[in-house]
Amino acid sequence: MTLHAEQVTWSRNGVLVVDGATLHPEPGQTVGLLGPNGSGKSSLLRVLHGLVRPTSGFVTLDGVDLASVGRRHVARSVASVTQHADTEVDITVRDIVRLGRIPHRTALGGGTSADEDAVDSALAHVGLLDQAGRLWHTLSGGERQRAQIARALAQEPRELLLDEPTNHLDVRHQLELLELVCALPVTTVIAIHDLNLAAMYCDVVVVLQEGRVVAAGAPSDVLTADLISEVYGVVASITRDARRGHPVITFSRRE
Amino acid sequence: MLVLAGLALLLVSVGVAITLGPADILLVNVRDIVTNHLGFTDIAVKVSKNAIVWEERLPRAFVAAACGAGLGLCGVIMQSLLRNPLADPFILGISSGASTGAVVIGVLGLGGAAIGLSGGAFIGALIAFGLVLLLARLSGGGTDRVVLAGVASTQLFSAVTSLIIFAFADSDETRGVMFWLLGSLEGMRWDDVALCAIVVVVGSIVCLRYAHALDAFAFGDDVAASLGIHVTRTRAVLLVATALITATLVSVAGAVGFVGLVLPHAARLLVGPRHARLVPATAIIGAIFMVWVDAGSRVAFSPTPLPVGVGTALVGVPVFIALLARRRRRT
Repeated sequence: MTLHAEQVTWSRNGVLVVDGATLHPEPGQTVGLLGPNGSGKSSLLRVLHGLVRPTSGFVTLDGVDLASVGRRHVARSVASVTQHADTEVDITVRDIVRLGRIPHRTALGGGTSADEDAVDSALAHVGLLDQAGRLWHTLSGGERQRAQIARALAQEPRELLLDEPTNHLDVRHQLELLELVCALPVTTVIAIHDLNLAAMYCDVVVVLQEGRVVAAGAPSDVLTADLISEVYGVVASITRDARRGHPVITFSRRE
Repeated sequence: MLVLAGLALLLVSVGVAITLGPADILLVNVRDIVTNHLGFTDIAVKVSKNAIVWEERLPRAFVAAACGAGLGLCGVIMQSLLRNPLADPFILGISSGASTGAVVIGVLGLGGAAIGLSGGAFIGALIAFGLVLLLARLSGGGTDRVVLAGVASTQLFSAVTSLIIFAFADSDETRGVMFWLLGSLEGMRWDDVALCAIVVVVGSIVCLRYAHALDAFAFGDDVAASLGIHVTRTRAVLLVATALITATLVSVAGAVGFVGLVLPHAARLLVGPRHARLVPATAIIGAIFMVWVDAGSRVAFSPTPLPVGVGTALVGVPVFIALLARRRRRT
C-alpha cells in the first residue's frame, strides 16, 4: 500500500487545476509527473501531500483517506521537497536536516541519538556530511536542493514527493540527484520538465494536460512522438538508448 | 544550565540596577529589604530606603524585565511566523495602535474611567494587530507585505494620535500622553508587576510548547505543513498570544521600541536559530537588557527621567543598522 489518488479534482478560485487525476504508484517505484507549464503537476503534488484538500475525489495513505489521518502521522510517512524553498534565517545545513525530525518528536522533547543518526544518514546520502556546518545562504543552488532533500530523507518517509528537483542544477547535479532518488528505498513521485531525464530514471510516467491525466505507463510506451506533439505542440523524434533501451527524445526546429 | 545562569545574571542585574541613582542605596540594603519583605529577616532599614527600593525601584525593575522578555518573545514569534527578520510589535504598528487607544481614552474621554488608559492601549494594540494582518493578507500575504502593512498602519495611527493631541489635548494631557508614546516605567506598582509577569510567563510557556513548530516555519507554510505542523492553528494560537502579550505590556509601559526587533537577533548570534534555545535565551537577554536600559534612563539625566523608549531606541537603532549591514555583507 502507498499513497494513492482516486479521481482527484482540485480548483483554485473556481478554476479547475487538477481534473480527475488517478495515481497508483507501486511501492518503491519512481513515478514522473510530466506536462507543460500550468498542467497541474505542482498542484497534484500538493493534493497528494494533503497540503490542500481535493475538491472532489480523495487521496489515501495505506488505504485510509488522507483527510482523516493526522498531519503528524502523514509527515512520518510522506515527505516532500517544494520548489523555491528559501529562508531568511541564518540556519546551518545540519539544522535544516534536523527539521525533518520534527514529526518524530514530542512537543518538548529534544533530539535523541536516533534523531542524530537519521540526520547523519540523510546528510551522507546527499553527500553533504562534510558541509553540515555551512549556512543556507552560502550554499549553491545544487547544494540547497540537496539540503532540502536530506531534510526530507531525515523524515524517514516511505513516500517522497519532489517538485522539479532538477531545476537550476547543472547536468552533472541533475543526474546525480536522480541517481540518488532512484537508489532510495522509497516510492517517489517527481514533477519534472525534462522528458529525457524522465525517460532515463522513471519506472512510470504520468502525463498531465490541463489537469487531466492523458497518458500513463512505462516511458517507452508513453513518450511517443505523437503524444509529445499533442501535449507540448512540438516536433520530436524518438530513438532508443543503445545500452539501456529507454527512449531518447530529440526535438526539431521549426522548418 | 544556561537558563539558570541567565536567570542568576538577571537577578544580579536587578539588584545592582536598583542601587543606581540618588539615595545612596547599597546592594546589602537591597538584600535586607527584600528578605525583610519575604519574611525571612527583620533587619532595621531606613524607612525612606525601604520605600524607594520596595515601592519604586524593585517593581519598576521587574516590569522592565518583563517588558524586555515579553517584547523579545513577540519579536521571536513574529519573525518566525511572518518569515521576516524585521518583524516586531513596534515596526508593525502595534505599539502605535496602543498609543492611539490610550489617547482616545485619555484625551477624548471615550469609555472614561471604566476602561482607563491601559484598557484603551490594550484595545488599540489588538485593533492595530488585526489591521496589519488584514492589510498584509489583502496585499497578497508575502513576507515583505507584512512590513509594508506595518509601515502603513504605524503612519495611520501616529497621524490619528497627533490629530487628537493637537485638536483636543491641553498641555497636561499632552505631557502625560507623550510619556506613553515614548514608553515609560515611572510609577510602576506591584500589581503591574503581577500582570506583566503572568502574561510573560504564560507567553514563554506557550512559545516553548511551539518551539519545534516555530523552527518548521523557516522555509514557509508548505514545508511546515509537510513536517506535520497544523499551520493555521499554530499561526492563530501564536499570533493571538503575541497580540495579547504586546497589548498588555504596551498598556503598562507604553510604546517601547526596538526591543522586539533587536533582541531575537542578538540571541540568535549567541545560541543559533533553534527555538527550543532561542525562546528562553531571548526572554532572558531581553529582561537583562531592559533592566539596564531602564536603570540607565533613570539616572542619565537625573532627576529628570528619560522615557525608557528613548533609551531602547538609542541603543536599538545602532544595533539595527549593524544587523542590516551584516545582511548586506553576506549577500
